[in-house]
Amino acid sequence: MAMDTTSPQSAPRLSMRTRRAIWVWAFLALPVLFYSVIRFYPTIDAFRLSFTDWNLMSKPAYIGLQNYRDMFASAEFWKVFRNTFAYLIIGTPISLLLSFLIAYFLDRIRFGHTFLRALYFLPFITTASAMGWVWRWFYQPAPTGVINSVLGSVGMGQLDFLRSTTWALPSIMVTAIWAGLGFQIIIFMAGLRSIPQTYYEAAKIDGVGDFAILRKITLPLLKPTTVFLVVFSSIGFLRIFDQVYNMTTNDPGGPLGTTKPLVLMIYQTAFNSYQMGAAAAQTVVLFTILLFISLLQLWILRTR
Amino acid sequence: MAAIDTTLSPPLPMSRIKPGRIVMWTVLFIGGLLMITPILFMFSTSLKTSSQIYDLRLIPQSPTLANYIEVLTEGQFPRWFLNSSFVAICVTASNIFFDSLVGYTLAKFRFRGRQFVFIAILSTLMIPTEMLVIPWYLMSANFGWLDSYWGIMFPGMMTAFGTFLMKQFFETVPDDFIEAARMDGLNEFTIWWKIAMPLVTPALSALAIFTFLGNWTAFFWPLISTTSKELYTLPVGLTSFAVEQAIQWEMIMTGAAIATIPTLVVFLVLQRYIVRGVMLAGLKG
Repeated sequence: MAMDTTSPQSAPRLSMRTRRAIWVWAFLALPVLFYSVIRFYPTIDAFRLSFTDWNLMSKPAYIGLQNYRDMFASAEFWKVFRNTFAYLIIGTPISLLLSFLIAYFLDRIRFGHTFLRALYFLPFITTASAMGWVWRWFYQPAPTGVINSVLGSVGMGQLDFLRSTTWALPSIMVTAIWAGLGFQIIIFMAGLRSIPQTYYEAAKIDGVGDFAILRKITLPLLKPTTVFLVVFSSIGFLRIFDQVYNMTTNDPGGPLGTTKPLVLMIYQTAFNSYQMGAAAAQTVVLFTILLFISLLQLWILRTR
Repeated sequence: MAAIDTTLSPPLPMSRIKPGRIVMWTVLFIGGLLMITPILFMFSTSLKTSSQIYDLRLIPQSPTLANYIEVLTEGQFPRWFLNSSFVAICVTASNIFFDSLVGYTLAKFRFRGRQFVFIAILSTLMIPTEMLVIPWYLMSANFGWLDSYWGIMFPGMMTAFGTFLMKQFFETVPDDFIEAARMDGLNEFTIWWKIAMPLVTPALSALAIFTFLGNWTAFFWPLISTTSKELYTLPVGLTSFAVEQAIQWEMIMTGAAIATIPTLVVFLVLQRYIVRGVMLAGLKG
């Protein structure tokens, strides 16, 4: 019966539906083409290339898993792997702790709040390559380098920074932490603001101290923000490139390869030695690590 | 007022005490100054002559714009500046158009394949750029896109992040608005452009700012896809310039300052939008 009453109108209604579908696919046509050609095809291509030996001159030769075998057998790869995780494992906790502390106290300040926040946020919007050179200058030996000059003027010893196999990586890491801190502070402050004030008021009425409030209310409710930032920061450190490249141009990734991260290795393998297959295999490793971290995030937030 | 404060203060936490506040403010202020120290020193040194660079006073004794004049007239900085501007503006315009068009379509139309398209686009967030650069490079070589503006721009013309952000915002636009526009006989494109887009301007401004800054500071792909100096973007040009200058730090700092000034201007003018945008993006993403 219901069908009967609508049947006379079903023809124009169907055509309206079709018309809307035509609009939809007209809107999506270019984007679908874009994502297929510029995102999905290259992804598959990267996997395919990783099974080939190709120097751009001859035709690519299929060599199975040889690139992976060579990579996992090479000492250089494991050194780079260790470097990359050194950036991540030291850099992430330090930057998270610093940004949380700053956000926690900055959130309580009313006087000059916008001004203070701007000071902390400013480095985030600078150009990494430009700031890489500024920090490189800071790290120079005295009398050029700012830090060593200050150390010298207060009678302290000089530090080698970028020339030392021990301290070059931490020095670059400081630059990367500095550049990302402002973003993390803003995200932490947004997270802090999203916690309902009533919780704090209730806790205060019950006479709970500041530290207990922080431990029992703030930190647990901030968990999604923290997880997001841990993942975001980890991914950032795993992909570190701009700072390392600009701070070590005389010997990229040096001294003695002690600062070389995975992405710099990929860049050199692909665009300095033109071993496209081997470089593709290295990108697959990077992809796998990043995928694992993203899935870990989803899993942690689901069990919440 | 004061009487109420004192009667209530014993059960309240310590944060009411003023000296603590002052210490906290001072510590945060000093920390903030430390954060911008590299930027301040960069500008300071860019205003010094080569004989003054060992003088670490922040205010130069006799500030001069000579370095800027030399860098801007003898180097290729003006060209790189234009290249970066052109690339960043084109990519931003493209993202504003396509990301919001796709976001709108996914948010406001029910059609077969909608979920599939959404998940497919979202899944590209998992693919790191570094994995795509080799195929992009080969593709560019095949099509003759290396060393061209299009070659620098094409990978970023649409982003999953922007699409997702816009979809979230279009979902808050009431369907009634769109239905009413349909009743008035407007076509779907006009409804999107004239009715829906003006309702999501905060999200659009956030997307525009991020895309612009992201492309202005982009380094990895422009470094790979360009080989001739005429096509370098500012960050890549700066690196090649700095390598040539070697130890002339006042010149390198001048170059770095030129690369930084536009982002500082954008930040100072749009500070509120940027901070709000980061919060929006961080929470939605």
